Amino acid sequence: MIGIGLGFKWFIFVVMALTAVGSSLMMVTRKNPIHSALWLIVTFFSVAVLYVTLNATFIAVAQVMVYAGAIMMLVLFVIMLIHLEWGAQWGRKKSFPKFIGGFITLILFVQILAGVYTYSDAGQHGIYTAQKLAEIGNTRAVGALLYGKYAFAFEVASILLLVGIVGAVLLARKRNEQER
Amino acid sequence: MLPDIPQDLYYLLSAVLFTIGAIGVITRRNAIVIFMCIELMLNAANLSLITSGNFLNSLDGTIFVIFIMAVAAAEAAVGLAIFVLIFRLKGTVHVDDFNLLKG
Repeated sequence: MIGIGLGFKWFIFVVMALTAVGSSLMMVTRKNPIHSALWLIVTFFSVAVLYVTLNATFIAVAQVMVYAGAIMMLVLFVIMLIHLEWGAQWGRKKSFPKFIGGFITLILFVQILAGVYTYSDAGQHGIYTAQKLAEIGNTRAVGALLYGKYAFAFEVASILLLVGIVGAVLLARKRNEQER
Repeated sequence: MLPDIPQDLYYLLSAVLFTIGAIGVITRRNAIVIFMCIELMLNAANLSLITSGNFLNSLDGTIFVIFIMAVAAAEAAVGLAIFVLIFRLKGTVHVDDFNLLKG
């Protein structure tokens, strides 16, 4: 992000990181799945703002459109379709398997932390610096790479999406008479 | 004068979000909430990919994230269709009731 002060960047980072962590915690702990879904949308928006601070403006917009728009709309639609607004149970009772599961996940967190603080930055540096991206435009650079170097993977992804559409329609349609 | 935001902080945030998602997957029993927690874990992975790409001046991380988003969208469509189907069959999306293979 070029052209803004470093202090303001820090301010945005801290506020959005705390918002993401807080709203994802709310997402996990809410009893009502609709509340969970709405808190998850807040998380997606704050992660999108963090993408902007990382010079990834195209991905930030795609995050808002694909995750916060399309996927969460679908999730909310299904929650309301099958009426589980109040059917969920968080289980206020202390359950031993849940406690063990949470503990094991905390061990996973400590392992990831060990990875974060011991890795060596050995990657090869590319050519797309922030200045260059601002010069040619983030979306243009992403598009040139997507339709050039990664064109085959792009086509495979489009076939995957087609299979997903066909599968969803086949699974969710009503059964007709001759199948009964 | 402040230093620039170190990439370790982004990785730390990514780890925290991933752990929250994993705890949700393990402790919640509602299939749709588990699905949303998986989306949160995918998002944490995306954040770390974008961070690496930004600090290495490369756009490959961005391309990976685009493909992860495509897979997540396909997964959402098929997964939610399966949830609707199971709800029609069993009348619930509580994962402890999904024991059809148990006989």
